[in-house]
Amino acid sequence: MSVPNPSFATAEPLAGALATPPPQETRASFGAEVARRAGAMAAATLPPVLTLLALLGIWQLAASSHPGGVPAPTVIWQDSRDLILHPFFDHGGTDKGLFWHVLTSLRRVAIGFSLSAVCGVSLGVLIGANRWAHRGLDPVFQVLRTVPPLAWLPISLAMFQQAQPSALFVIFVTSIWPIIINTAVGVRNVPVDYVNVARVLRLSPVEYFFKILLPATTPYIFTGLRIGVGMSWLAIVASEMLLGGVGVGFFIWDQYNASRISDIVVALAWVGLTGFALDRLVALAGRLISRGDAAS
Amino acid sequence: MPKAYLSIEGLGVTFSKGAQRSEVLRDINLQVERGEFVSLIGHSGCGKSTLLNVVAGLIPATTGGVILDGQEVDQPGPDRAVVFQNHSLLPWLSVRENVDLAVNKVFGAAKSAAERRDWTMHNLELVQMTHAMGKRPAEISGGMKQRVGIARALAMQPKVLLLDEPFGALDALTRARLQDTVMQIQSALKNTVLMITHDVDEATLLSDRIVMMTNGPRASIGQVLDVALARPRDRLAVAENPAYIRGRASVIEFLYARQAA
Repeated sequence: MSVPNPSFATAEPLAGALATPPPQETRASFGAEVARRAGAMAAATLPPVLTLLALLGIWQLAASSHPGGVPAPTVIWQDSRDLILHPFFDHGGTDKGLFWHVLTSLRRVAIGFSLSAVCGVSLGVLIGANRWAHRGLDPVFQVLRTVPPLAWLPISLAMFQQAQPSALFVIFVTSIWPIIINTAVGVRNVPVDYVNVARVLRLSPVEYFFKILLPATTPYIFTGLRIGVGMSWLAIVASEMLLGGVGVGFFIWDQYNASRISDIVVALAWVGLTGFALDRLVALAGRLISRGDAAS
Repeated sequence: MPKAYLSIEGLGVTFSKGAQRSEVLRDINLQVERGEFVSLIGHSGCGKSTLLNVVAGLIPATTGGVILDGQEVDQPGPDRAVVFQNHSLLPWLSVRENVDLAVNKVFGAAKSAAERRDWTMHNLELVQMTHAMGKRPAEISGGMKQRVGIARALAMQPKVLLLDEPFGALDALTRARLQDTVMQIQSALKNTVLMITHDVDEATLLSDRIVMMTNGPRASIGQVLDVALARPRDRLAVAENPAYIRGRASVIEFLYARQAA
């Protein structure tokens, strides 16, 4: 793994700055400010970097004492150097760099997740606002949401008869439940005060929806979307393993069949980092759209 | 006999939850003249908020009813603007947008866009909040939020302004400044005001009449006191005034001797 080394190289001088002796402070407050900022950055970056190094060390030791199992980090570096260093190659067919596999998977997630976001928010508003819809649909949803993504796959294949829409449906059906449930909770928790303001102003149902309900529910919706995007990423890997073609899920399955465990570990790092990025992206979108205010 | 501007007649409110029934208000009769400032005072839980909410139209009357300017109250509306105890500004809108929401809804047809903009600014000026009009409710203090809440209510040009313990959550100094603001605005605009409070000084300083409510359940009006103080009132000068001292004393006597909670 090439990741920790450069981060550690930057962390090292920061750690030095943390230990900068105080006399400099009296001479230049600018120097003190730089040292303080560097200290704060070191405090934020050092713990995860050190933890990662420690885990890699334990992994290295454990793997070395059991040859033939999961390869040690150094072995992975030797085996999969090309895959790590060249994510953008494309030799046609499924023989592509990891970037292209991840991109294909992301495209599927984008479609499936967009569908589930639209349907999830609509259904969530419905069961949040309507008592009978809530009583009727909530138990059904509570049961369906526990069905794992892989269990949806055969049903999905039977429904669509084709790989591509089946994969999209699995993403859709896996990620929609947290969106529905969180949206419904948000709608049911619109503060009575806001409702009273709307009543005094005699807002029409449409005005109420766009001016009160939707903005008041936004933080809840984004909590649901954030959980949902994580689940859709879980579902894509599972469904691609069975569907084949290009995609990071299939890539992992393919490498397993070729007994290239090192490549799988590299792909897992890509999957993890991409999932992390997706989560942060939705969280950021939520912050921008709700313009920083919580559901207070 | 000509009816008063705001007339509460034989009003009773009973809440029922399943088989449980609780009678909160019984046989409330109150006449408020146009431009009058009336306070409702009573111990917590005596139903004064319920009474205000019935006038606002947010809670239906079980018996009797409310007539405002010749029309029976049967639903909420901007002619009975409410300043809620916890300001209830919409946190995703700026101060100005919160007032705009009311102005655009109430005067969307009657005023041009430029007139509506001026009207919003005028009402923010009344409560001295123009300096913070771009800020979010979360960025301003509790007293400022309540000022904006008052501006929003005034901007609806209500027939009666309903204040639900508007200063209850504020510290004493902020409260005093807001009371002065309300007095200034009321003397300029001659609003008809119905205010809930549990602060004896506030009621005596601001009101033309103080309506004292008996303890619930089945609360009703125990006594009505006329505050015979000339306006404009100054909080320092009034404190020495015998009429103020007498009024204050009789409210305290009612609350703590006769209706001790």
